[in-house]
Parts: sequence; C-alpha cells; structure tokens
Amino acid sequence: MSETQAQKLGMELLEHIRGIPGGRSIDKCIQCGTCTGSCPTSNLMYFSPRQVLAALRAGMLDQVLKSNTPWFCTSCYSCAVRCPAKIPFTDVMYELKRMAVKQGSYPRRDPASAMVRSFSEVVRRYGRNAEAILVGKYYLRTNPLKILGQVPMVIKLLAKRRMAFFPHKIKGIDGLKKMLAAVGGNHEGKP
Amino acid sequence: MTENLTFAYYPGCSATSTNRAYDVSTRNVAKVLGIGLEELNDWNCCGASAYLSVDEKKAMVFCARNLALAEKEGKDIVAICSGCYVVLRKANQHLAEDPNLAAEINKSLAAGGMSYQNSIKVRHFLDITVHEAGQDAVRDRVTHPLTGLKVAPYYGCMISRPFNEVDDEESPRMMDDLIEWLGATAVLFPLKSKCCGGLMMTTQPPVGQQLTGYILRSAKEAGADCIITACPLCQLNLEAYQDTIGKTLDMDCRIPVLYFTQLMGVAFGLDKSDLALKECITPVETVLSSRGT
Repeated sequence: MSETQAQKLGMELLEHIRGIPGGRSIDKCIQCGTCTGSCPTSNLMYFSPRQVLAALRAGMLDQVLKSNTPWFCTSCYSCAVRCPAKIPFTDVMYELKRMAVKQGSYPRRDPASAMVRSFSEVVRRYGRNAEAILVGKYYLRTNPLKILGQVPMVIKLLAKRRMAFFPHKIKGIDGLKKMLAAVGGNHEGKP
Repeated sequence: MTENLTFAYYPGCSATSTNRAYDVSTRNVAKVLGIGLEELNDWNCCGASAYLSVDEKKAMVFCARNLALAEKEGKDIVAICSGCYVVLRKANQHLAEDPNLAAEINKSLAAGGMSYQNSIKVRHFLDITVHEAGQDAVRDRVTHPLTGLKVAPYYGCMISRPFNEVDDEESPRMMDDLIEWLGATAVLFPLKSKCCGGLMMTTQPPVGQQLTGYILRSAKEAGADCIITACPLCQLNLEAYQDTIGKTLDMDCRIPVLYFTQLMGVAFGLDKSDLALKECITPVETVLSSRGT
C-alpha cells in the first residue's frame, strides 16, 4: 500500500467508526491511556490501544494493519466501558480486523485471523458452527502438525460427550445463503 | 414474575456440542422456576465475535435472521451464551439506531422471505433468573440449601460489558446474589469480570493459559470450593485446561467449574442427569455433598 493510499484508507476507517452508534466520540480521544491500562493483552501488542488511535491520526494505518494488534484483542470491552470519552474502542479493533482480512494484510499463518476466517466459512456453509470442521480448517491454515497435539483434549471431551463430529445444517440454509448474497457487505465475493 | 412469561430460547452452537450440559441444566431449572423457554425454531449461528471480525454486514444478517424468527413468534430472545447475547443485543441496537442499516438488512432478509421490525429484546438467562423470576421464586424452590459451600462467581466479559443495563460493568452482582439465595456463600473474588482470553486458548495458548490461570488462582486464593460461570467458552477455558495451566504456571489450579444453572439445580434437588453433571471434567462431589445427599 502506498503512503497516500494508506492515509486515504485510514481516514475512511475513522469516518466509518464515526458512523456507528457512539462512534463520533473518537474525535475526543485525549490519549489518556485508560484503554491500554484496561486491556488484558496490551502488553503483547505492537501498537497499544492508545497508540492505535494516535497512529491512525498520523496516517500509519498500514503499519497498524500489519501488526499483531488487532488479533490480540479478545473483544472483552474493558476499554470501551472505561474510556472517559466513551469511545467504543472495541469496535475500532473490529474495524481493523475486517480491513486486515479484506486486504489480506494479516501476518502469514497468523492464528487469530485464521480462526475467524475458518469460523466464517463453517457458519456460512451450515448456518451453525461445527467444531470438528472448524478445528480441522484452523490447523490446516496454521500448522497441521499441531492437530496431533489436540488429540488428548479431543479424547477428554469425547469421554464426556462434549464433542460433536457431524455438522448440523439448518433447514433454512438456502434462505440464509440468499440473504448473505443480497447484502452489500464490506467486501464483495467471499469475505 | 409476569404470568406465563415465555421466551424464544436461543441455545447457541456450543450448547449443542461442547457445552450441552449448559443447555440441559437451563431447560430443567427453567421448568422448576416456571420460566417458559421455547427453542427458537431453526435458529442459526449468531456469527459470534469471529464473523464481526470478517464482514460487518454479513455478521448483521446472521443476527437479523434470528431476531426476525423470534419476532415472528412474538417473543423476546433469551440466550445462555454471553457471546451470543452480546452479538445479538448489539445487532439489535445498531438496527434500531441506524435506519439506513435497518433498511439495507431488511432488503437482504427479504431475499429469504423474512423481515424485522425491531420489536423484540435480547436478554440473557442469568438476567431472566435474577430479575424476572427473582429472589422469592428462587428461594422458594431451594430444597437442599448449599450451606457452607463457598462459590466464586465468574462473570467474564460480556454479561455486563459493553451494555451495563443488567448489572455493573466492573463489579457485577447477579450471581453473587443468586449464590446467597441458594444458601451458599459468594467469595470476594477480584478477577470475577476479568477476561479469560476467549479464543486465545486456541490461537495463542500461552496467553490464554495465563489469563485463565490467574482467574483460577484468584478464585482458589479466595477460598472457593467451586467456580460458576454463565458463558460456555469461559466454562471450557476454566475447566478443560487446568492440568496444562497447572504445569505451565507451576501452580495448583484444580477446582470444579459449573454453570450457574447446574448449581441452582443442585440446590433445587434435581437429579444429576437433569443437570448433566457427568459431563463435568472436574470432580463435582464437593458441590453435591454440600447439599447433604
């Protein structure tokens, strides 16, 4: 992405955030850092939540998108409820994740983005989650050898009848697929 | 409680497999409490936080189809998974506050022969238990008070965040109260609404293990005999990885982890099978023996 492109996309992202309920408050960020202090994983992020907003304002969207930051957000909403300016910061993280997926700019074999993409494929196909298929897809995307490491957990869950191998397809799956095809969506084609 | 209160029950995907015990125990305690739960016909996945991370509009369609199904039945949705609750509740709010979005989503619903007029609410079964059934109804049904049992109520994130409409976002109380109504004691437990890491347990195991491990340790240090939760993913994280976490973080973090519905059922004198207690990975004998049977 060129620098001007990144700046343009960064502005679009901020504009989109302003459009969601409570989103206009994004312009009131005074960089107090309450979000970062409340985040359970900010110590592992290349850009902390506070730095994300500063970086977006400085036109550094590209660097933020390529970083691990969006994928270390667990969506716990601690930042959002503590922000003195009432910025729905968790939604900023979601917006970054979507933009990274759309542009394919997540780190290669990144586990969290692989998880959400695998999950969305499964629920699009069946209308519900199918854990065995989800886990299979996820490890094929990240590290197939690690499937072996999951065997003890699978046995543990099977012994407690807590594992379903066969997917359940909803009756209205055709209708759901038509609805999904009809909606504009952030990106056309396969999300 | 309003007479004949019936809800469109939304179990969520995980309650059909990994967390079946939550579904079983919910249905059975609801019967005892006289709360009508009719499973939403042909419900689909709410999309979870995962679909929101991929495509916002399509995520909205997943939610809107469920909302439309419930509206057709004329009932509010009751979810048991905190993730489903927050995602559906959030979509409902966005559709109510953004007419352009509502029009666009309705256009797509129409492609499948449905529509949604924003006439229903999305609620969590814990909220229904505490605020609709309420203290008197719960206390009346307790046949086996759990005297002396110390319980750590683990709320996780999404019951009161970001919508602090049913409980305090930082220091929720709903399960603390419920525990007292069952005759047990709620321990003070500083990490009760700290994040367990969610999917991090799979995507970044060391991070997930640390976040979950601290919660287990906090509960144990508070002197708890067991933990209760109101979210399937929290339950799985807290219960299924105790051995690994114990080794990695070099601490004893073995403690029974139940759903709040299972604990309620124990105090109501329900059979073990009505609460699917056999499906607990951690031993629940301490909890059962507290009711003296």
